[in-house]
Amino acid sequence: MTETTVPVTTRKDWSSDQEVRWCPGCGDYSILAAVQFLMPELDVRREDVVFVSGIGCAARFPYYMNTYGMHSIHGRAAAIATGLAMARPELKVFVVGGDGDMLSIGGNHLIHVLRRNIDVTVLMFNNQIYGLTKGQYSPTSEVGKVTKSSPYGSIETPFNPISVALGAEATFVARTHDMDRQHMMEVFRRAYEHRGAAFVEIYQNCNVFNDGAFEPLTGKANRDDMIIPLVHGQPIRFGADQEKGVAMGTDGRLRIVDVAKAGADNILVHDEQHDRGLGFMLSRLAKGPHEPTPIGVFRAVQYPEYGEEVGRQIATAQERNGPGDLAALLRSGATWRVD
Amino acid sequence: MADTAARTDPKQIERVIIRFAGDSGDGMQLVGDQFTSASALLGNDLVTLPEYPAEIRAPAGTLAGVSAFQIHISDHDITTPGDAPNVLVAMNPAALRAELGRLEPHGTVIVNVDTFEERNLAKAGYESNPLTDGALKGYTVFEVPMTSLTRQACEPLGVKPRDAERSKNFFALGLVSFMYTRPEAPTIEWIKAKFASKEKVRDANLAAFHAGHAFGETAELFDHVYEVAPAEQHPGEYTNINGNTALAWGLIAASRLARMPLFLGSYPITPASDILHELAKQKHFGIRTLQAEDEIAGIGAALGAAYGGHLAVTTTSGPGVALKAETIGLAISLELPLLIIDIQRGGPSTGLPTKTEQADLLLAMYGHHGESPLPILAPYSPAHCFDTAIEAARIALEYRTPVMLLSDGYLANGAEPWLIPDVDTLPDIAIEFATAPNHTDADGNPAFWPYQRDPETLARPLALPGTPGLEHRIGGLEKDEAGHVSYVPEVHEQMVHVRAAKIAGIARDIPPVVIRGDAEDAEILVVGWGSTWGAISGGVDRVRALGHRVAQVHLTHLNPFPANLGDVLRAQRRILVPEMNLGQLARLLRAEYLVDARSVTKVKGLPFTAGELEVAILGALDD
Repeated sequence: MTETTVPVTTRKDWSSDQEVRWCPGCGDYSILAAVQFLMPELDVRREDVVFVSGIGCAARFPYYMNTYGMHSIHGRAAAIATGLAMARPELKVFVVGGDGDMLSIGGNHLIHVLRRNIDVTVLMFNNQIYGLTKGQYSPTSEVGKVTKSSPYGSIETPFNPISVALGAEATFVARTHDMDRQHMMEVFRRAYEHRGAAFVEIYQNCNVFNDGAFEPLTGKANRDDMIIPLVHGQPIRFGADQEKGVAMGTDGRLRIVDVAKAGADNILVHDEQHDRGLGFMLSRLAKGPHEPTPIGVFRAVQYPEYGEEVGRQIATAQERNGPGDLAALLRSGATWRVD
Repeated sequence: MADTAARTDPKQIERVIIRFAGDSGDGMQLVGDQFTSASALLGNDLVTLPEYPAEIRAPAGTLAGVSAFQIHISDHDITTPGDAPNVLVAMNPAALRAELGRLEPHGTVIVNVDTFEERNLAKAGYESNPLTDGALKGYTVFEVPMTSLTRQACEPLGVKPRDAERSKNFFALGLVSFMYTRPEAPTIEWIKAKFASKEKVRDANLAAFHAGHAFGETAELFDHVYEVAPAEQHPGEYTNINGNTALAWGLIAASRLARMPLFLGSYPITPASDILHELAKQKHFGIRTLQAEDEIAGIGAALGAAYGGHLAVTTTSGPGVALKAETIGLAISLELPLLIIDIQRGGPSTGLPTKTEQADLLLAMYGHHGESPLPILAPYSPAHCFDTAIEAARIALEYRTPVMLLSDGYLANGAEPWLIPDVDTLPDIAIEFATAPNHTDADGNPAFWPYQRDPETLARPLALPGTPGLEHRIGGLEKDEAGHVSYVPEVHEQMVHVRAAKIAGIARDIPPVVIRGDAEDAEILVVGWGSTWGAISGGVDRVRALGHRVAQVHLTHLNPFPANLGDVLRAQRRILVPEMNLGQLARLLRAEYLVDARSVTKVKGLPFTAGELEVAILGALDD
């Protein structure tokens, strides 16, 4: 007899027996908590969940989840998850890693897992620094960043992870931050429920090597004026009294405007299913986490999921040719008999 | 309709080596393949050697663009594509110039005389016409206007002359088929099927093929035709197979025998891509193939699928193995079954991408970080790729380890007749996955320890994601038996030893080496591995025919070596190791067994010939 209902669980059931070993005060703790709190709310069994990670602080994540998990090698988690999700489409596969892991050494795999629309949930912890190797600049570090490997300041243009994901044709793209558990849980839930590749950037504080990188946004006192929540179907407004908004000018650019001056009707209404670049424009609104920055779901659209397409091709081939017959295969070329 | 029509009685010959050569756009591989099929259907034993340039289309008419296909057909068992061709079909001056040196003295040359005009001669670097300046003295030369006759044959079909010329390779095929009394019917059927969707091309090719055949019959150029009788073979059903197809089919068979779906993660690379093509085609076997974004993703996805319980494979050539090295280390650390298939080619770097070499043995053996042994296997002939794929899968699954399979460009593209095995006689290689806890923790609760090993094989239990109650984490960090990350010095040292012992222990589970030739009192032992088997066997047989006592050992298992190899080697007076590298197996044998293994090497991108090895063995006997 197969059980059809998922057993009731609590956060404790989803926590492994391993002692969590991130630096005290690390933003990773709150992300782990958000995931562990969320899992009991999802209609899923522990044995059907797999966390796959690469290398880095964030990549220790699977060890702390009482599910199946693989801590792999630097940058390759998305590739490994691709094979696992293709082989076992019924599993729920998460890919967890940092900005260096996913956008530097693993950049190629990230864009391709998104482009193919593999059914995985990608959680990218962005702390704009290399933590595990003790403080080098990362592909998301800002220009001028002084680190051990850039003593005169970084001269590299950083990636905008949301723009990268959208450019890679990701069908679900969202951003959240480590100071807001409710928002994280809501975004993670949406990402989990999305059929296909879901990409979530999480602004995460590294209190040892890059402390306060997102403080201008995520500090309690700053949030109202600096965080622009994106809600599907709603005008994009923010501020303590919702007095600010995002509007599109006649030049086609997005601008932050005073709602009273611009008129409430002229405030852009967010459409996460918009397929002509609105999400991309929103991803370019802030030049960095020192300007008002949108969080939430930038894009959520349905396209064929890779594993389903693979299954469909196999089913079609089997309808046409019957299930594989090994003896017949070996005779599929010209054959002859010797008596 | 009679299949063959000859004016005079055919002359019986035991064997013949024919080399088709032309521009890479001339379709030489295509006609070579079809001549092979027709010969196979006739029951000849055969071995082929396709050789083509790395460039898809080098400038037409130049030496760089010459593509050739050699076939050795025989009425008895043969093992090599032959030393020197007896017949050279040269479609243009460049082909003649590039290939003439290989032809046997007094051999036969058939040229497409239409192409021997000033421009083509200049492109080939001829200052004067070799057909008229005496350069071909001593050869039997047939000048056939293949282009113009093909054009004429196609004229009634309304095919444009330029298009018609493209069919001249079929004219050549028709002519050579006539000369060697190949049945016409299979080739005609094949042309009809192959070009079914392009009516004009189909008709032009058929017309050209018939015209070539008819030309042979009527032109009175040839005194007589030749007949190569069927070879004596074991009774049964045969097909003609190349190494890459045999490997792909072997993988499909292995997945059936393991009762696991097959997964291939691969990035296109010559000469391995045909395995990806073949498996992508056989989707009805439930095979999943991923054309990955790079070599690393190819093996990464395969490793992910292995973790999910599929029989997982990645295919590549040498440069790709280098890129996969880090993931191979991870697979060794995770102890997951995985097949890494390296179709070796000339290296380093891009090297000779379409030519053969066996210089990746030390890469397979040592090309990863840390103490990281893995089993290595090498097939010895195209058909043997089938069995070796199954054996590699058996070892990978049984011992939960990545396995390296070393084929090469010569095996990949070379073909031979294959006695189709009865699938019911193939071994069962299925393994059991963990379904229940295997340990009780300190609190008395059931637990699953992913590295608690089988005491005999040292294999760890595999619990697939989706198995309730066995949730656990694995990773590339060092771990203890419970699977927990451990930096304890003694734990690391113990795990290094255990991983090594697991691989070494496979020696108990593989067949001992068998000596071919003179098992007792041999003057010399010749040890080989991989695709050199045919040439070594030929060379050994020739030296034995001269009255010498020669023993031969050919290794399929290269790590670990068969358990009796040391005793076999130490009992020999002389050991000679022919390899298409600078002595990699010889180095391993010397290191492992402290024996005086001598190398004979060839690194030209070409296989050894039996003649070369005959000379090498005789030379070694003088030492």
